[in-house]
Amino acid sequence: MIFDLATYVLTALGLVFFTAGTVGLIRFPDTFSRLHALTKADNLGLGFIALGVAFQVESLAQIATLALIWALALLAAGTVAQLVARAALTTSQEDE
Amino acid sequence: MTLALDLALCALILGVALAAVAGAGVFRAVIFFITYGLFVAIGWARLGAYDVALAEAAIGAGLTGVLLLAAHGRLRRMQADTTERRSPTLSAALAGGAIALALGWAWFALPAPQPPDVAQALPQTGVGNPVTAVLLNFRAWDTLLESIVLLAALLGVWMLARDADWNAPLGPRYHARPDGVLAYFGRFLPPIGLSFGVYLVWAGAESVGGAFQGGTVLAGVVLVAMMAQLLRPPRVSQAMLRAALVLGPGVFLLSGLAAVGLGREFLSLSPAIAKSAILIIEAALTISIAVTLALLVIGPAEDPEPGR
Repeated sequence: MIFDLATYVLTALGLVFFTAGTVGLIRFPDTFSRLHALTKADNLGLGFIALGVAFQVESLAQIATLALIWALALLAAGTVAQLVARAALTTSQEDE
Repeated sequence: MTLALDLALCALILGVALAAVAGAGVFRAVIFFITYGLFVAIGWARLGAYDVALAEAAIGAGLTGVLLLAAHGRLRRMQADTTERRSPTLSAALAGGAIALALGWAWFALPAPQPPDVAQALPQTGVGNPVTAVLLNFRAWDTLLESIVLLAALLGVWMLARDADWNAPLGPRYHARPDGVLAYFGRFLPPIGLSFGVYLVWAGAESVGGAFQGGTVLAGVVLVAMMAQLLRPPRVSQAMLRAALVLGPGVFLLSGLAAVGLGREFLSLSPAIAKSAILIIEAALTISIAVTLALLVIGPAEDPEPGR
C-alpha cells in the first residue's frame, strides 16, 4: 500500500532527524549549540513521525490529535529552550 | 516485532532506573527519575492500563519531577553539596534485588487469583470505566483516605516554614520578565491545560481519565501561571484556599455520612444516584487535588526578602 510506504519513509526520516539531534546533544561543545540541535532537529523529527503516523489513522479526529501533540511539543520545547538558554547565559560562569 | 519493542522497553526501564539510583549527582538522578517515569508510563500503556499510564506520566514523571527539580534548585540556593555520595549502596542494592527476586518468585509460585467480576457489577456503579468504579465506588475507602493523606502531606510541608514567615506568600519568589517567553507561555498554556484537565475528569466516568489525572494537569497549569508571575502565590491564612483544600475530602466524607443517614453502609452509593454522586465527588476531589499538588510543589511559606 502507498500509505504504508509513506509511513515507512516519513517515520524513517523522523528517526534520522532524532539521531542527528541526539548526536548534536552529545557532541556539541556548549549549552547553546546543544539546545540548537535538540529543538531544531527533534521538533522536525517529531513532525515527520507524526506525519508518518497520520497515514495510518482511521478518523480526522486522530489527525487533529496528532497535529495538536506536535504543536504542543513545539511550543513546550521552544519555550523551555529559551528558558534554559537564558539560565545558561546568566550562570555560564558558575559550574553546573 | 512487538516482542522486540517490549524487550527494548524493559531494558530501557531497567537501565534508566539503574542510572537514577547509581549515578553520582542529584541533578542527574532527578533527570533519570523523570525519564524513568515516562518509560514506565509507556510500559503501562503497552499493558493496556491507560489510566495507570496517565497517572504515572502526570504524577510520577511530571509533577514529582517538578517537585524534585524544585528541591534541587533549593539545595543549590542553599549551596549544599549535591554531588556527595554518602556511603556505598551495595547493601541497599542487595536488599532491593532480594525483594525483587522474592516478588518475582511469588508471582510465578502463587496461583492466579480469581478476580472479582467487575464487568458484571459495573451497571450498578453509575460509571462505565471500571477503574473509576473501583476508585469511587467499590473501594471508596482507599480513595477517601488517599485524598486525606495528600492534605496531611501538604500540612507537613507547611510545617517547614519558620514562625516569622508563616503568613508570608507560599513558595520561593519566581522571576519572569513581563514581556519574556515564560510570561507568554503562561498566558498561552492555561486555556489548553484547563480544557484538557476538565476533559480528563469528565471522560474518567466512561473511559480513560479521572480526578487524579485531571487534577494533576490542572496543578500543572496553576504552577505555570505562578512561575510566569501571572498568579500570585497564596498565603496559608486565605479562607478560599483552605476551603479549596478540604472541599474534596469534605464532600467525599459528607456523601459517605449521608449514605449512613439514609440507612445504607458508610460510603456506599445507591445505584439510582451513583452517577451524579460520583461526578460531584470527582469534581470536588479534582479541585482539592489540583490545589494540593500545586502547593506541594511550591513549598512552604518563605521569607519575602531573603538574605536580610
